[in-house]
Amino acid sequence: MSEMTVRRHVAPPLPHVDLSTKLAGVTFPNPVFTASGCAAAGQELDQFFDVTDLGGVVTKSIMLAPRSGRPTPRMAETPSGMLNSIGLQGPGIDAFLEKDLSWLADRGARAVVSIAGGSVDDYTKLAQKLRGRPGLTMVEVNISCPNVEDRGQVFACDPVAAAAVVQAVRRNTAPGIPVFAKLSPDVTDIVAIARACVDAGADGLSVINTLLGMTIDTTTMRPALAGITGGLSGPAIRPVAVRCVWQVHQALPDVPVLGMGGIRTGLDALEFVLAGASAVSVGTTVFGDPTAPMRVLYELAHALAERGIDRLSDAVGLAHRPPVAYVPEEPDPVGDELPVVRTPVGFEEERA
Amino acid sequence: MAVQVQGEVLSIRRVGAYNAMTVVAPGIAELTRPGHFVAVQVGGPESSMLLRRAFAIYDVKERGVYGGTVEFVFAVHGKGTAWLASRRPQDKLDVVGPLGKPFRLPTSRVNATLVGGGYGAAPLLPLASALRERGSRVDFVLGAGSADRLFGQLDAKRIGTTIAVTTDDGSVGERGRVSDVLPEVLDRTGSEVIYACGPMAMLKSVSAIAAERGIPCQVAVEESMACGIGVCMTCVLPVIGDDGVSRMVRSCVEGPVFLGDRVRWDDVGTVPSDVLGAPVPVASTGGGN
Ligand SMILES: Cc1cc2nc3c(=O)[nH]c(=O)nc-3n(C[C@H](O)[C@H](O)[C@H](O)COP(=O)(O)OP(=O)(O)OC[C@H]3O[C@@H](n4cnc5c(N)ncnc54)[C@H](O)[C@@H]3O)c2cc1C
Ligand SMILES: Cc1cc2nc3c(=O)[nH]c(=O)nc-3n(C[C@H](O)[C@H](O)[C@H](O)COP(=O)(O)O)c2cc1C
Ligand code: FES
Repeated sequence: MSEMTVRRHVAPPLPHVDLSTKLAGVTFPNPVFTASGCAAAGQELDQFFDVTDLGGVVTKSIMLAPRSGRPTPRMAETPSGMLNSIGLQGPGIDAFLEKDLSWLADRGARAVVSIAGGSVDDYTKLAQKLRGRPGLTMVEVNISCPNVEDRGQVFACDPVAAAAVVQAVRRNTAPGIPVFAKLSPDVTDIVAIARACVDAGADGLSVINTLLGMTIDTTTMRPALAGITGGLSGPAIRPVAVRCVWQVHQALPDVPVLGMGGIRTGLDALEFVLAGASAVSVGTTVFGDPTAPMRVLYELAHALAERGIDRLSDAVGLAHRPPVAYVPEEPDPVGDELPVVRTPVGFEEERA
Repeated sequence: MAVQVQGEVLSIRRVGAYNAMTVVAPGIAELTRPGHFVAVQVGGPESSMLLRRAFAIYDVKERGVYGGTVEFVFAVHGKGTAWLASRRPQDKLDVVGPLGKPFRLPTSRVNATLVGGGYGAAPLLPLASALRERGSRVDFVLGAGSADRLFGQLDAKRIGTTIAVTTDDGSVGERGRVSDVLPEVLDRTGSEVIYACGPMAMLKSVSAIAAERGIPCQVAVEESMACGIGVCMTCVLPVIGDDGVSRMVRSCVEGPVFLGDRVRWDDVGTVPSDVLGAPVPVASTGGGN
């Protein structure tokens, strides 16, 4: 064991920035979380870094019963991204509570448990099973699932169905445990879904899940994934994700957002914070770089310090300020360089 | 237990159709057993290739002049391996390892036959040395499409008692497949265990021959992997558990070495209806995850 501890990645000291973040009344020591489905339940990553150093561990979406998932191939690498069609493989809630959540609790990690179901009743039962469990810090509701009671229509694409799920989970979850609804970007109006979830009791929003995509193998001339279509993730989707966070924060500035989609560096994370996220999840990047969440945290802290921002919370949504309202603090002048005086640049009239 | 190491290429050389790369990656060698693999980042820090590439470990040195090294043998397959083949000494390489479950060694002296297909022979060579150290007899069956894809012949001759070679085109050894000569080798050597690594079709036929004769057989499989560390669930295949229940198991952490008679070879690439949690059929293509 001592060997393991010594070998693990040890985070270099962070600059003096208050990284703590409040999500619906719960304070997390820092804003960097894992993403559901990209960190299992934390145990595998714990060999690379101490998972209690994360803001929170978001676990793979769990369903009521064990689930085998889809056939292979389940993934295809795409430019700056990947497609997956895992099909929510998992051991079911009972085995999860016994093996995974209890491990996270013993370890002292902050567990954000993601739940998924095929009906409102499934979600209700999942929330009831989670109630009062040690280690549970927050619930993330994965609503990007087909509703078996509505011809497989995805909950996240229908404000009424999304609201029904969120309401059921909120009612069956202990007060003090925030319930976040995870939004799909594959909708015409993400704000409408966000509002429906918040009106139904969501304490916050996780933004975004994967985008529906597809790739065809030109050798076999068949879809590359056995599941035909899959979820696109990674840096390829980052601009879509930043746009979604921006729109949701603009419409609902008081609702905390857990932002994600292609975060690879601290500056990527900062982009999400500036767009309105109070915390971020690092997903696909972990596959290529298992210690990435710790690196992102470190880089984010430095990026804030370099910009003279002492508290993460001061940066949340900062990009929404009007263009003139914020004047960054000038760093101490170096040597005797002259201050730069900017005069407006004039242009000639366009000639016909 | 695996570590992530910022390594450095020590050497890269051509071996027939393959490349053998040695990387200075302190910390990995000490933990490595035959059958472990490494996962390597490709394309540099700004690469559009996000996922690691997995390679079976061929050789490790715990402490050289340069610190611990790891060697693996690879074929250029697509963009990632092409990038890797263009690396030169002193280039940086991010390596995670050792990964997976290694081959299990017998507790007593045995006669073992090791069956390798193409670069699949690479992890069998350190295994052969470990078996020999324990006083076991080792015989090899090595096969490949053609002579340039045959790996490890010289090592095998040195370590093994006998070696049988097959190629699909007959350019060296017998024309045909390893499964064509394996029964004869098993009879001749009185083998009590089989170890195999190579293409899935080869592993399937080797497992079938082993099962017919009731010989225990360990195989190292190769499934497409996104993370190699057990967090993504892409690398699964249907495997029968000790309790007789089939599950879709992760080949990166529960494998890559499996007992040949536990893998449901005919069902690889499907989700058989009797695996734990198999779906009640609904016609839809999903967003994934
Ligand atoms: C446990 C294990 C051990 C392996 N050992 C060796 C070895 O010793 N020598 C060797 O040459 N090759 C080995 N492979 C296969 C090797 O990982 C692939 O050839 C390589 O990933 C292809 O990468 P690419 O970028 O060239 O191809 P691309 O097709 O561009 O790769 C795209 C993606 O698919 C994945 N992928 C594609 N083919 C495979 C495959 N056959 N297996 C796993 N992932 C794949 C890649 O990791 C990548 O994420 C091993 C695979 C596994 C799982
Ligand atoms: C392999 C894989 C599995 C995923 N599984 C889930 C899941 O079970 N539940 C969920 O809500 N999101 C799941 N996601 C989506 C991620 O949590 C995340 O929202 C998305 O991938 C965007 O972030 P990223 O680009 O950082 O990965 C999965 C993503 C990947 C790549
Ligand atoms: S490759 Fe990710 S779980 Fe095996």
